Amino acid sequence: MAGADVIEVRELTRRYRTTTGVLRRRPLEVEAVRGISFAVEQGELFGLLGPNGAGKTTTIKMLITLLLPTSGEARVLGLDVVEQASEVRKRIGYVFGGDRGLYERLSGRDNLRYFAELYGVSGKAQRRRIEEVLELVGLRGREQERVEGYSRGMRQRLHIARGILHDPEVVFLDEPTIGVDPVGARELRQTIGDLVGAGKTVLLTTHYMFEADALCDRIAVIAKGRIVGEGTPAALKAGVAAGTVTEIEVFGIDDGAVARLRAVPTVTAVTVEAREQKQLLIVQSTGEQELTAALLAQLDGIGVGRVGSREPTLEDAYVALVEGAE
Amino acid sequence: MTAVLRILWTGFVINLKMLGTSSFFLLTAVVQPLIFATVAFYMFRAGGRSGTLLYAALGAGMMGVWSTTLFGSGGVIQWQRWQGTLELGVGAPPPMLLVYLPSTLANAFTGMYALAATLIWGRLLFGVPLHFVHPLLFVAALAATVVALGLMGLVLASTFILYRYANAMSNLLEYPVWVASGLVFSTTLLPHWTRPISWALPPYWGILAVRHAALGGEVWGPLGMVLALGVVALLIATVTFRLFEHLARARATLSLT
Repeated sequence: MAGADVIEVRELTRRYRTTTGVLRRRPLEVEAVRGISFAVEQGELFGLLGPNGAGKTTTIKMLITLLLPTSGEARVLGLDVVEQASEVRKRIGYVFGGDRGLYERLSGRDNLRYFAELYGVSGKAQRRRIEEVLELVGLRGREQERVEGYSRGMRQRLHIARGILHDPEVVFLDEPTIGVDPVGARELRQTIGDLVGAGKTVLLTTHYMFEADALCDRIAVIAKGRIVGEGTPAALKAGVAAGTVTEIEVFGIDDGAVARLRAVPTVTAVTVEAREQKQLLIVQSTGEQELTAALLAQLDGIGVGRVGSREPTLEDAYVALVEGAE
Repeated sequence: MTAVLRILWTGFVINLKMLGTSSFFLLTAVVQPLIFATVAFYMFRAGGRSGTLLYAALGAGMMGVWSTTLFGSGGVIQWQRWQGTLELGVGAPPPMLLVYLPSTLANAFTGMYALAATLIWGRLLFGVPLHFVHPLLFVAALAATVVALGLMGLVLASTFILYRYANAMSNLLEYPVWVASGLVFSTTLLPHWTRPISWALPPYWGILAVRHAALGGEVWGPLGMVLALGVVALLIATVTFRLFEHLARARATLSLT
């Protein structure tokens, strides 16, 4: 089955219905996922990369059977996520990022025991498997403590232990390193890498570029519910490699100046990063021609600091794709 | 079958552990029944009916059992949603009913404490005679009532899957069920049209079975009705859990966001 598609998504759409207003309520429909399609091969670590609200979590929740798609089709291990939800649930594991999703007043071990029973891992196999996953995520020795006393990193590792307890073939990880300190996040990335090493297929959502770059075999960039780019990290970077990235330090830039920069011919994306008293303008453009003079001409009256150019990164590719979707 | 029993047992034990470490739950479970019991004893004394103190104690205790079941069963889904574990329960392979049945049974089981505390409180402070006409039938009636209330709680719990704020409904149901079940005074005092409502409630038959076992009277009829209504509640919950889970997946109400 090597190389076969384990996750297949075709024209998947999800709309949410809500209401707006207090006294006169009006129905409101929000399209979170708009007809996306992608496939993940066996043993692959596939990343869904996108900003907050892009539709990553909605997509993952449809794939793990917690949400029904509005239209389209999704299959995991050849099973339809709507019609064969129960079968899908037996064969997948999933992990949500953040503090929630654990029984706070129970010990780490009791959390694992409970979910082991729900996933049909009983008796001796249960004890052995719990020891294995505790070792894998580095929680051995802390498993008898109540979860309410765990740090965020420990909770996240317990989440992963719970998600892989029943040795699933496919693991869905929804922003697993969110809010975790740099050291903890690095350890988690190591654990995620180990999962793929153990032959699992992993679908990871994240909005950390370096994480996607370091871990993923392939990435789909999702923005406003649509996939705006897909490929290996190298291929995505190559998509903007033909252009240049100019970085300009400015003091007190306004929206009008940013709009003027965007209007400069060959400029494809402009982002502003706040840096204490100053801001960093990152301007992406196509072609090789020198743009610095043309850019600085648009910043008349604004304090300018250092100016430089550099090679495009995955983050630049991501920004270009997401801005292109605006 | 073994797997089902293991899920039920592990879930039951895990839920008891969680309840046992909840200071809010313990405070409610410890203090509330004693308040009910004290009020009931003084009411019955003031009414010159001191011979029926055990009647009052059983009614007050059953009020505690119902309150624990109602808020515990309704609260279990709500609490899990807040805690972010509801999606994990729904996303697990077993049917949702099987995942949450142990929670509601554990809640109803802890409600037995309310009854025990009421009886001991009554004995120590008010000298209530703890003489039971049919001690074994009393235990059987109590156990059947707890199970039936747990199953009734399961039906309530299923509504919380769909409606994020169904706790408003549980708040409404506490007092009417006390009254309609005749826990403290006889339902013959109520308008005639309320009878069918009383007959449909497991606590109505439960308190009859428990009282008759303790004070004398026909036990098997009410006991059979408690069990029958428990089975009906289980059947309703089987349908509502399946239906509401489907609707919750369609309407996206499983999580807070």
